Amino acid sequence: MTPLLVLAEDIGPKWLYWPWVQDHTEEIRQALVEHIQLTVLAVFFGLVIALPLALLSVRYRRLYGPVIAVTGVLYTIPSLALFALLLPLTGLTRTTALIPLTAYTLLILVRNIVTGLDGVPPDVQEAARAMGYSRSRQILRVDLPLALPAIIAGIRIATVTTIGLVAITALIGQGGLGALMYDGLQREFRTPLTVGIVLSLALAVVADLLLVFAQRLATPWARAGKRRTKQKPFPASWPPQHP
Amino acid sequence: MSFFGNVYDFLTSSDQWHGNESIPRLLGQHVQLTVVSVLAAAIVALPIGILLGHVRTGGAIAVNVANIGRALPAFALLILSVQWVGIGDPTGILTPVQSVPAFIAMFALAVPPMLANAYVGMANVDDEIRESARGMGMNARQMIWRVELPNAVPLVMAGIRTATVAVVATATLAALVDSGGFGRYIIDGIAVNDNAKVFAGGLLVALLAIAFELVLALVQWLVTSPGLRKEGPALAREAMVEQPAL
Repeated sequence: MTPLLVLAEDIGPKWLYWPWVQDHTEEIRQALVEHIQLTVLAVFFGLVIALPLALLSVRYRRLYGPVIAVTGVLYTIPSLALFALLLPLTGLTRTTALIPLTAYTLLILVRNIVTGLDGVPPDVQEAARAMGYSRSRQILRVDLPLALPAIIAGIRIATVTTIGLVAITALIGQGGLGALMYDGLQREFRTPLTVGIVLSLALAVVADLLLVFAQRLATPWARAGKRRTKQKPFPASWPPQHP
Repeated sequence: MSFFGNVYDFLTSSDQWHGNESIPRLLGQHVQLTVVSVLAAAIVALPIGILLGHVRTGGAIAVNVANIGRALPAFALLILSVQWVGIGDPTGILTPVQSVPAFIAMFALAVPPMLANAYVGMANVDDEIRESARGMGMNARQMIWRVELPNAVPLVMAGIRTATVAVVATATLAALVDSGGFGRYIIDGIAVNDNAKVFAGGLLVALLAIAFELVLALVQWLVTSPGLRKEGPALAREAMVEQPAL
């Protein structure tokens, strides 16, 4: 008599059980999309908040200390704690995930934008003023473009950091690829774990490369002037990270 | 009863002051997890970073090794180390680390920033200062201790502070696997849908993280040579290498 039940192969400890991946492509795709959405939104809101803060800090130097202190304290608070503090207010929603993710980008972005703006050569600013640029036009057309390498370096750090942090939002029911990792941990089934980790690493690398490419496109003069000025590129941390 | 009333009741109830999951006990665990892993990582990372920075070679190697360690997000690192060593109470010489998988993850997170910052801090000391030291007849050991390290303090300390922030946060996450610490309240609170418990946990973790930062700011001020001090201890870091200089 043939056995009625053939015990399934023990697939839990396997690092990659390919049939599972094939059966769950849609779920994996959604997790990846969610991960990207959370990252893009957090960095976007971060920029929307950080840019005015940085401009104000450059204009009114006295503000810079307090701005860095406040964003520094936010940066110090562990992400899980911030999620916990928001949970009673906003529940298990995307908002609860986005507020801390955005908050963490602020220190990096503000500091890099200010560093970039401080690095604009004073004679270039004087030339702009002499040409009749108004203050706002000068910031928009002269200061910000020249600060772009430092700003994009900040965006790179913020983006890669955020990609790592999004995983933690799995604990509050969000999480993108982190939800796959968490699932793998809870079910002692390693395949989703591997998929989540590999994809989030790949996402970090691709996002970083895309931003480097964007910087090249946005600062054509940096390449043209390379032979004349032996200026080091603004160091961008890779891969940077936040708890 | 208002929500904050619930939080207050939670924090003041006797369960939170006696027994296995009392605030003092979890605080002790959280602090111990953090201090043990940061110290272990510092013992490994700081001498290597300082020596490489002193001889100004191998920087790319130091920084790249550090980078490989940094590529993995904390959450992934924690789960991976659970897969590697499993969950269980450590024994023998490992007892002080409380949770081996958490310790591995925290150690791996703490080494890179300390290594990279120590290297860059030492390598960036002004050449003229180094030459004056040599001109005064100092040997390598004297130069490191009396000239280079005092000048590298802001960056070395920035590395230690960044590492500590990362470790306090990961110690919170570690409650997910098997360790104690204030993360217990958050993870358990989420599991049973007890928002007051979750909030209280978040509050305690946030306060602890800020306390660590304040203590380290004070330490930085104390170890800074009086001639190089600015004002009082500063919460904001003057310098920080998020980035290895490549």
